Amino acid sequence: MTAILEIHDLRKSFGAVEALRGAELTCPAGEVTALVGDNGAGKSTLIRCITGVHPPDSGTIAFKAAPIHFTSPTEARAVGIETVYQDLALVEDLTVWQNMYLNRELKRGLGPFRWLDRRRMIEETQAKLSRLLVNMPPVRAKVRRLSGGQRQSISIGRAASWGSALVIMDEPTAALGLRERGAVETLIGNLRGEGIAQLVISHDLEQVMRISDSVWVMRAGRTIAHWRTQEVDRTRIVAAIAGGEV
Amino acid sequence: MTNRFGAVLKDPGFWGDNAALIGLVVIGAVFSVLTPFFLTWPNISDLLVSASILLVLATAQQFSIVTGGIDLSIAANLPWAAVVFGLAYNGGLGMPLAIIAAILSGTLVGLINGLIIAKLKVNDFIATLGMLGVMNGVALIVSGGQSFAVNSHFLQSLALGSIGPIRYFYLIAILIAVEAHLVFTHTAFGTHVLATGGNRDAARNMGIPTDRMKIAVYVIDGALVGLAAILLVARTGGSDPSLQTSQLLTSIASVVLGGSSLFGGRAAVLGTVAGALVLTTLLNGFTLLQVSEYYQPIAVGIVVIAAAVLSRLQK
Repeated sequence: MTAILEIHDLRKSFGAVEALRGAELTCPAGEVTALVGDNGAGKSTLIRCITGVHPPDSGTIAFKAAPIHFTSPTEARAVGIETVYQDLALVEDLTVWQNMYLNRELKRGLGPFRWLDRRRMIEETQAKLSRLLVNMPPVRAKVRRLSGGQRQSISIGRAASWGSALVIMDEPTAALGLRERGAVETLIGNLRGEGIAQLVISHDLEQVMRISDSVWVMRAGRTIAHWRTQEVDRTRIVAAIAGGEV
Repeated sequence: MTNRFGAVLKDPGFWGDNAALIGLVVIGAVFSVLTPFFLTWPNISDLLVSASILLVLATAQQFSIVTGGIDLSIAANLPWAAVVFGLAYNGGLGMPLAIIAAILSGTLVGLINGLIIAKLKVNDFIATLGMLGVMNGVALIVSGGQSFAVNSHFLQSLALGSIGPIRYFYLIAILIAVEAHLVFTHTAFGTHVLATGGNRDAARNMGIPTDRMKIAVYVIDGALVGLAAILLVARTGGSDPSLQTSQLLTSIASVVLGGSSLFGGRAAVLGTVAGALVLTTLLNGFTLLQVSEYYQPIAVGIVVIAAAVLSRLQK
């Protein structure tokens, strides 16, 4: 497996607080990489360093084998790193297809008379999402009318639909019911088949065992353990998170 | 098909979404029964003429309200642009330059509003309230506090002329409203404005420059107020520097009647048009029925509140 993302010895301090003290991480293409750890272990800071929100103090981030130094999430997105935020970043009063193409609208016509190509955006949203989603909502519906699971699926589907090489998800199913969680996990499985690297932060270790290919544990700003998921069990992961013997 | 129609009628959301249009039909029907003069083309045409300035102002207001803002400065920007227009024309600049001056002076106020709101992070209500005071004073100073006549054949034919049975006056207003509708439904810019109003964090996350969107809507708003000022001078035959408070209040009422949310994110331009027509129709019908004008604001107030209650049925 080719590694899409490779992080080595990443460090980041906020004043006196050392949020990252030498984090390591590898995300291979076509795999789901789980990132677990207690609150304050440094997971979110690590993600923000990858997506350009915080520049790291030292260490290297390599994306597709080339070192990167993003200064904003827009730069990260431009090379194919998409993040699904917990607040989903969907606009409720816009339709599914409008959200799908938000700030990437397809247009036709010339110069100042460039109109939206609504028909093509509607068709392509339908095509892209129906390939990935279990419970496909109507693409012309406003997001306000959709369930939490449908929204999360659209958010993830959108992130994965733009030639992205890496999709980062922060607690993708934390707010969802059992059946909706299943639909999102199926979506994550489908994306693996597309060859996309996925980095998932989750507190739900049952889920980590179900969906991930490898798991990294963070504690106090360091990645302290790393296994192939099939070679580890939940008890050992819990012990590592809690600070026991690895 | 009949089934689908029936289902639409049973859906409370339909009544909420189309409150202004339904209100317009109901009020029109009531006035048609009460007076034979209401449903005649000359009266409808007069009604549309008197709605025209409000239509342009309500469309202007729509742009700021879509981003969750509000433009109180309209009440002063309108007379300010009218005074600049009158002074420029009477000063011998010629009609084309005077028109440009009017629209630019309105646009300038919009730009200042937008910069204060986006760059200095001042709440829309406060920023435009401040500009309401500032521009009221500026308009009074440059005009010496006096209204003055503006005589021009061009303005006369603008106010009175027509293409066949269609008067120029409301033709302009309707074109503006249709264009605004197309901007929101068929352009990327319109979508980005809606996104900025609907969920600013989400819009920013997707790389939309929300500050620039905010400035842009106030610039468009201001330019439209400049245009409305030209119509106002054409209709009244002069420039008056005093505050146009009732135009401000009815412009907001039209947008709210039309079903746009004051929290932003939803543009119902056709609803806004219907809203402006409802308010104008009420005044027109009352005049035909010779109801005392003291009752008119009461009726307008009740209609606005009734529409707000209806809009709670919205999906």
